[in-house]
Amino acid sequence: MTANDSLLTYCLRLGDDALILGHRLSEWTSRAPFLEEDIALTNVALDFIGRARLFYQYAAELQGGDATEDTFAYTRDVRDFTNLLICELPRGDFAFTIARQFLYDSYVLLFMEQLKASKDTRLAAIGAKAEKESTYHVRRGREWMLRLGGGTEESHAKLQRAVDDLWGYTDEIFEVDTVTAGLIADGVAVDPTLLREEWLATVSRVMAEADLSQPSPGWSVEGGRRGIHTDDLGFLLAELQFMQRAYPGLQW
Amino acid sequence: MSDKVVSMPNEERFQARIDAEEKIEPKDWMPEKYRQNLIRQISQHAHSEVIGEQPEGNWITRAPSLERKAILLAKVQDEAGHGLYLYAAAETLGITREELIERLHTGASKYASIFNYPSLTWADVGAIGWLVDSAAIVNQVSLQNTSYGPYARAMVRICKEESFHQRQGYNIMMTLMQGNEQQRAMAQDALNRWWWPSLMMFGPHDGESAHSAQSMKWKIKRRSNDDLRQQYVDQAVQQALAIGLEVPDPDLVWNESRGHYDFGEIDWAEFERVINGNGPCNRQRLAHHVKAHEEGAWVREAMAAYDAKRGKPTVDVA
Ligand SMILES: [Fe+2]
Ligand SMILES: [Fe+2]
Repeated sequence: MTANDSLLTYCLRLGDDALILGHRLSEWTSRAPFLEEDIALTNVALDFIGRARLFYQYAAELQGGDATEDTFAYTRDVRDFTNLLICELPRGDFAFTIARQFLYDSYVLLFMEQLKASKDTRLAAIGAKAEKESTYHVRRGREWMLRLGGGTEESHAKLQRAVDDLWGYTDEIFEVDTVTAGLIADGVAVDPTLLREEWLATVSRVMAEADLSQPSPGWSVEGGRRGIHTDDLGFLLAELQFMQRAYPGLQW
Repeated sequence: MSDKVVSMPNEERFQARIDAEEKIEPKDWMPEKYRQNLIRQISQHAHSEVIGEQPEGNWITRAPSLERKAILLAKVQDEAGHGLYLYAAAETLGITREELIERLHTGASKYASIFNYPSLTWADVGAIGWLVDSAAIVNQVSLQNTSYGPYARAMVRICKEESFHQRQGYNIMMTLMQGNEQQRAMAQDALNRWWWPSLMMFGPHDGESAHSAQSMKWKIKRRSNDDLRQQYVDQAVQQALAIGLEVPDPDLVWNESRGHYDFGEIDWAEFERVINGNGPCNRQRLAHHVKAHEEGAWVREAMAAYDAKRGKPTVDVA
């Protein structure tokens, strides 16, 4: 794999994470528990879709030819998508969405703080923009963790269950394969293994504040980066890509 | 204040303030019917913004490009924001959000009937943004001068965001009309289905409007239904022609002497049918809102419980 190919792969992974999670968040629009939260969730969805576009636009330049941001979003199949599994899990209830966002956003914030310092100036610029958004996402996530954890018995139980159901998907976030390793060595990619301790400290602290017990380790699922997904991703793509599949090659 | 003014009965003094174009504020005395009329109108407007999220929102996950998706998300988010401004304006009249939503769910309070039509194709997203938002703008611009201060100020904020909504919808239609035959047919079909419902948005003819006369006197409404509808038709017809769309009205003709388009009669039976619950999506629209509200009950309870434990006053967000 050339350096350019590695960088393209890296951009697609980050773009896929953002697109797929943004899609799940956008499913909340008009379905949130109350109007203020409807607006907030839509806003966060918009941040992730915007982020996906930036990564895909860069990827399109790296690929060259006729590729555009939409090529990656709309014409690849499940096996080509390389998002983390945690991003594609169905939206679940509100507790699940909050827990997923909190676990993932806490990582993404640390990640973007580092990406900002990438030797690749395009990635660095995306990192700087995303860091600002993620700062807000994490603050919001923490507030909700405390509210649901410390609200009613029901909300506490739902949140605990959500965290338990998600925990096994968090290992994958910190994986490094040969593609990432090469880019890390070049000072282009972020080394997620260096973020793990701080991430764990942050989420453990908030889970404790929210009166949650630490989920038991003991299970761990991975595969997204290799295009091995849950069954849910195919249905997500069927919806996401409907127009481009039904009417290929048109401008909208 | 002169003795003469002080000696006027409340109702007369109120009307004198309205006639002098003074804004009525929440703490001011107002006739109970003025209050109720406003609650009815503002809450109907708020519910329309919120229910209106659905027909467009159901294309967010299927938008044909990432740019369109981002624009549509921002647009629908704005509409939810409009709902929020308007609920806040209604709440200044002494009603809670929970009560307003309750009225929506029981059918006591209405929302714009146009949202009871389905958005079947991507072109419908264009047609809604172009036509429904155009009609809303015509109406809302006139309401910037409504007599109730909080409502008028909400309208000013909302109008600032609306032109982007209209432009994005029209841009979708324009792009389709520049596309292939299938795309042009999709755009024309959407116009055929949304044209008449968009005219109905302005309500019955002036003579037949139940609340019009009093609302005009109190300056809650500033311009008549027919007057607003004419302005909308004049604008929208020009825009349709500019991109090669055919307006589905055989009676449509430019009237040189009036300086306006003459247009055909609305099918008022259809209007009544949809308002009274027999549109294609009435049940789904309401059920969708009820479901989200019910599924969110535990979240609102958790938030209230959390705030109570911390000695914070509960915010009514229903
Ligand atoms: Fe609006
Ligand atoms: Fe609008």
